Amino acid sequence: MNIDHFKPAIVYTIYIASTPEKVWQALTSSEFSRKYFFGFAVEAELKVGGAFIVRAPDGSLHIGGEVLECDPPRKLTITWNVNWPALVEKLGPTLVTYEIAPAGGAVRLTMTEAHDRPIDDDILSGGRQGWPAILSSLKSLLETGAALAIKMEPPQRMLAALKQMGIGTP
Amino acid sequence: MSKPEFVYVTYIETTPEKLWEALTSSEFSRRYWFNTELKTNWKVGSPFALVMNGTTTDAGEVLEFDRPRRLSYTFQHVTSEDARKERPTKVVFNLEPHGKLVKLILTHEDFAEGSKLLSGISRGWPAILSSLKSLLESGTALLIPPSALGIEGFE
Repeated sequence: MNIDHFKPAIVYTIYIASTPEKVWQALTSSEFSRKYFFGFAVEAELKVGGAFIVRAPDGSLHIGGEVLECDPPRKLTITWNVNWPALVEKLGPTLVTYEIAPAGGAVRLTMTEAHDRPIDDDILSGGRQGWPAILSSLKSLLETGAALAIKMEPPQRMLAALKQMGIGTP
Repeated sequence: MSKPEFVYVTYIETTPEKLWEALTSSEFSRRYWFNTELKTNWKVGSPFALVMNGTTTDAGEVLEFDRPRRLSYTFQHVTSEDARKERPTKVVFNLEPHGKLVKLILTHEDFAEGSKLLSGISRGWPAILSSLKSLLESGTALLIPPSALGIEGFE
């Protein structure tokens, strides 16, 4: 897949009192992700071409993807395709890149969600709602040892827009 | 085209009152905002200034002061001739209780097309608000050197 055609749609940067290695581990291991990502488990085969999977708390496949760039603990690019019927067919693949860089006594983590075509704001509202919550919680987990108990409402605006496009939603 | 603006959302384990205090008191802001003091009496319509290491970097006016829900002020960079040519922009903080947390939504808007300030503040706010979150949750702000932000003229 040629990732040069993808344009950033959502960028979120957060600084964390941690090390690049610990941030990398938190992003790529289910032990951590279950705590900050609403019980979801990240399973990553950390090599180019490896599988990248996120399982819902009930064990079902929520996100299926592939590792496209893997440079620990600096950069990870993956496809991040939510496993809903017709989603990839209608919206194209979703690309997520994590960039990790030391910044004095902290680490800067930048998440970029990119797409190969224009995506409606209604659909992007899901990610705009989700990423700040997930990454705020990841920061708290690494700094204080406890993730945040964020009660998230379902992303209604996104779900309605997907439904209208004929994409299967829960 | 969407209008040029910067929006940042973060969730902080604190109370709206404590977050309000951190957003409006120099005692806090010096710790999480690159040694910046907030100079104002916080009355709507009063002058507002950011003073970093003793130098006024930005000046504006208080627009809204609705404790502990909504705070807004204008913001004009004053350290260079170029910056002074840009019109004042508007900063709005919304504090929403979210269970035991507070959802903080920062919106920085009213930028002119092609504003040079926008790329700088887009790099600055995540560092400032990340440090604010750390200070409120762990008691310690982040040690981020200004040079790590990659903002021209901010070192």
